[in-house]
Amino acid sequence: MSALLHVDNVTKRFGGFIALDGIDLEVQPRERLGLIGPNGSGKSTLVNCICGTLQNESGSVSFDGQTVDGLAAHERTHRGIARSFQLPRPFHSMSLADNLRIPLLYTVRTREGMLHAHSDLNARCHELLEMVGLANKAQQFPRDLTQVEMRKLELARAMAAEPKLLIADESMAGLSHSEIDDILALLVRLNERGITVILIEHIMRAVMSFSHRLAVLVSGKKIADGKPEDVVRDPEVVRAYLGQ
Amino acid sequence: MDISFDLLINAIAAGLLLGAFYAAVTAGVSISFGMLDIVNIAHPGFVILGSYLAYFININYGVDPILVSILMLPVFYALGALIYQVYYLSFEKRGQEALRGLAFFFGLLFVTEVALILVFGVDYRYVEAAYIGPSIHIGLVDLPLRMLVPCVAALALFGAIQIFITRTFTGRAIMAVSQDQLALQLMAADPIRIKRIAFGLSIAVAAVAGALLIIIQPVEPSVGREYIGRVFAICVLGGLGSMPGTLIAALLLGIVESITATFYGPSWAPAVAFGLLLLTLAFRPAGLLGR
Amino acid sequence: MNTTKFALITIVVGAAVMAFAHWYSIDYLFFASYTILQFIVLATAWNILGGYCGYVNFGSAAFFAMGAYSSVFMHKFYPLPIPALFIVSAIVSGIAGFGMGYLTLRLRGSFFAIATLALAVVLQTLVVNWEYVGGSRGAYIIRPESIEFAGITINYIEYLFGLMLLLTIIALVTARAIERSQLGFGFATIRDDELAAEACGVPTLRVKLIATTISGAFMGMAGAPFPYYIGYLQPSSAFGLEYAVNSIAMPMIGGTTSWVGPLIGAILLGSAQQYATVSISSEVNLLIVGLMLVAFVIIAPNGLIGLVQGWRRAWRKP
Repeated sequence: MSALLHVDNVTKRFGGFIALDGIDLEVQPRERLGLIGPNGSGKSTLVNCICGTLQNESGSVSFDGQTVDGLAAHERTHRGIARSFQLPRPFHSMSLADNLRIPLLYTVRTREGMLHAHSDLNARCHELLEMVGLANKAQQFPRDLTQVEMRKLELARAMAAEPKLLIADESMAGLSHSEIDDILALLVRLNERGITVILIEHIMRAVMSFSHRLAVLVSGKKIADGKPEDVVRDPEVVRAYLGQ
Repeated sequence: MDISFDLLINAIAAGLLLGAFYAAVTAGVSISFGMLDIVNIAHPGFVILGSYLAYFININYGVDPILVSILMLPVFYALGALIYQVYYLSFEKRGQEALRGLAFFFGLLFVTEVALILVFGVDYRYVEAAYIGPSIHIGLVDLPLRMLVPCVAALALFGAIQIFITRTFTGRAIMAVSQDQLALQLMAADPIRIKRIAFGLSIAVAAVAGALLIIIQPVEPSVGREYIGRVFAICVLGGLGSMPGTLIAALLLGIVESITATFYGPSWAPAVAFGLLLLTLAFRPAGLLGR
Repeated sequence: MNTTKFALITIVVGAAVMAFAHWYSIDYLFFASYTILQFIVLATAWNILGGYCGYVNFGSAAFFAMGAYSSVFMHKFYPLPIPALFIVSAIVSGIAGFGMGYLTLRLRGSFFAIATLALAVVLQTLVVNWEYVGGSRGAYIIRPESIEFAGITINYIEYLFGLMLLLTIIALVTARAIERSQLGFGFATIRDDELAAEACGVPTLRVKLIATTISGAFMGMAGAPFPYYIGYLQPSSAFGLEYAVNSIAMPMIGGTTSWVGPLIGAILLGSAQQYATVSISSEVNLLIVGLMLVAFVIIAPNGLIGLVQGWRRAWRKP
C-alpha cells in the first residue's frame, strides 16, 4: 500500500533555531494519526510545512504520489490537503455560508466538472453547515458564534475543500468534556467517509480514543511512532513528555 | 581626472554629513515602524513641524535652533504619546491598523502640511545661527559648518537613543515589545504603556531632526514628502528596528544621493531613495544586515 | 439585480444627466462636473484595492499623472482620439500597478503602502527631468473649440464631460460586478485573513495583483483626458496632492465595503470642494478634507454608509 502523505527528512530552521530536525512521517489512506508533543516541539511548524504555509529548507513532502515541494499553500489545498487553524481564523466580514463558499469557489470549482450552478453552491454550503450542526446560523456572522461553534465552522470550511487529508490543529483546546466529544464524533464521521485525518492535540483522552497510530515530536525530532498504547508506554516518551 | 577625483571626495564627505542627518530623521521611524510596527507615515510631517517651530522661535527670539528643539522635546513627547493613545484606542485595539490606521497617519501628514501652508505660506524659510555660512577645509575636502554641526548633533542624538534602548529598563522593554509581548507581560510591564512611551520618544526625536533640517536647508511645508521615501528606504535597508543598521543605511543613502547630485544634477536626487527602496524590497527585504 | 440590468440603469441615468447638461449648457457646469466625475472614477478605483482588499495606495496622484502624461506623450508622438488615449493610459498605469504589486505584495502589507507613497515623488522627479513631455515648465495642449461627431458639432468641454461620464459608468459597473463575483469574494478574503484565504485555495498573490492592476488602470484612465481638460499640464498639477488625499478620503468618508461608498463620498466631497474653491481658498478647502478624513476614520470606521446602516438597525430594534 502506498502512503497518502510522505514526509521525508524535513528540516526547518528559524535563524539559528532548528524547529524541525530531519522528520520522517508516513500517513496511509483513511488512517487516523495522532500527533502529540509538548509546546514548542515543532508540531505546528510541521503542519505549516505540510500545508505550504512555510517552505522546508531540506527534505521533501509528497502527497498522493506526487511531490508538493515548492508549491504554495493554495496549490496544496487544490491537491487535497486541508487544515483547520489552532486559533480559528474565520473571514469576519462574511456570513457563515459565505465562509464556506470560498473553498467551494476557489478549490472545488478548479477541479474538473464539479459545482457549476449557483444553486449547487448554496446547497453544498447548507449541507456542510448541517454536518457540523450550524445550519440554522447560515446567515449569521462569525462574531455571533461561541468557541465550540467557531471550531466547528473552522472544520466545516476545511471540509468544504473536499480534501483527501484533513489536518486538525488543536481543534479542541479550551472546550468542555461534552464539546470535545462533539468534535471527536465529527472527525470520526469524516474519517468514515474516507478522509485521512491528522489530529494534533494536547488532550490525551481525545487523542487516545481517536488515533489508529500515534507520533510524538520533541524538540523538533520524532521520538516515537506506533500503536497508541505502545507509544504512551515508551520510556523515552514518558520521560520527555508525559512524565514531566 | 583630478577635478573629478576632487569632486568625488567632496561628494563622499558631503554624503557622510548628509547621511548622519538622515539617520536622525529616520531614528524616530526606526522606533515606531521598526520596533512597534506602527506605520507612521506622518513622521516627516512632525519633522517639518519641528523645523517651523525652530524657525519661529529663532527668528523672533534669536534662540539657537538646536536649543529650541531640545526645549521642545517634552512637548513633542506628549504629542506623540497622545497620538499613540488615539491610534491604540481607534485602530490597534480593534485590529484595524492596516487600512484605517494608515489612512489616519496619512490624514495627519496632510493636515500638518496644509496647516503649515496656511500659517507660514509656501515660501522657503531659514534660520540664523553663527555656524551657518563658514566652512572648514581639510586638504581637498570642504566641510561647511552648516552640515557639520547637524551631523555632530545627529550622531549625539543617535548615540543617546542607542544607550537608552540598550542600557535602561524602559529601553529594553521597548526592544522586548517588538519581539515578544508575552515575555513583556511576564516582566509585569504594560505593553501599551511601553508602546506609548516609545512612540512619544519617536516623535520627540522628530523635533530635533526638524531643527537640524532647517539648519541644513531652507524649508517649505511640502519638503516633508521628499523625506518619506528616504526615511522608509533607510529603515527597511537598515533592517527594521536595528539602530546600527539604520545608521549604516543612512550614511550609504547620503553618499549615493550626494554622488548622484554631484554628477547627474540635484533634480535626480529624490529618485535615488525610491530606487534603493524598491531594490531593497525586491532583493533584500530583511535589510543589509539581515540574514 | 444582475450586472447587465445595473449597467442599463446607469446608462439611462448617465444619458439623462448628459441630456440635462446639454440642455442647460453652461461651460462652468461642465468644468465643475467633469472634476466630480473624475473623482468618482479615482475613488472607485482606489476602493477596488483599498476597500475590497484592504491594501492602501497612497500614490493615486502618481497613477493619475501617469495617465495624463501618457496622453501628453502621445499628443507629441502620434496624436490619437481621446477614447484611444483611455486605452493607452489604462495599459501604462495598469502595468505600473502590476509592477508595484509584484515587487512589494509578497512582503508585509505596509510595504506596498510605503512604496506607493514614494512612487509619486520619484515619478514626479522623472517627469520634471523629461524634456520631451515638457519637463518642469509643463506642456501646452491646445484644446479644439469643438468636435465633429456623427455630423453634429459638439462643444469640446461637453465632449470631455461625456467621455468622463462614460468612464464613470464603466468604473461603477466594474466595481459592482467585482463585488458580486468570485473575484470579489477573493478580494474580501484578503481583507479579512490572507493565511486562511490561502488555506481555502485562494491564490492570494495573483488575486492581489489583479486588484492592483485594475485599480491602477482606472486611475490612469481618469487622468487620460486631463491634459485636454486643463490645456496646460504642469508636473505639480498632475501630481497634485488633492488627488492622493481625495481618492482616499472619498471612499473612507462614504464607506469602503461597496461601490456606493466612493460614489457618495466623491459626490459630496467633490461638490463641496467645487463650491468651496469659489468661496474660500483651496488650502482651507484641503485642510477640511484632511480633517474630515481623520475624523471619519476615528469616529465612523464604516463611513456614511456604516452610519446609515447603524441608524436603520437602531430604528428597527425598539
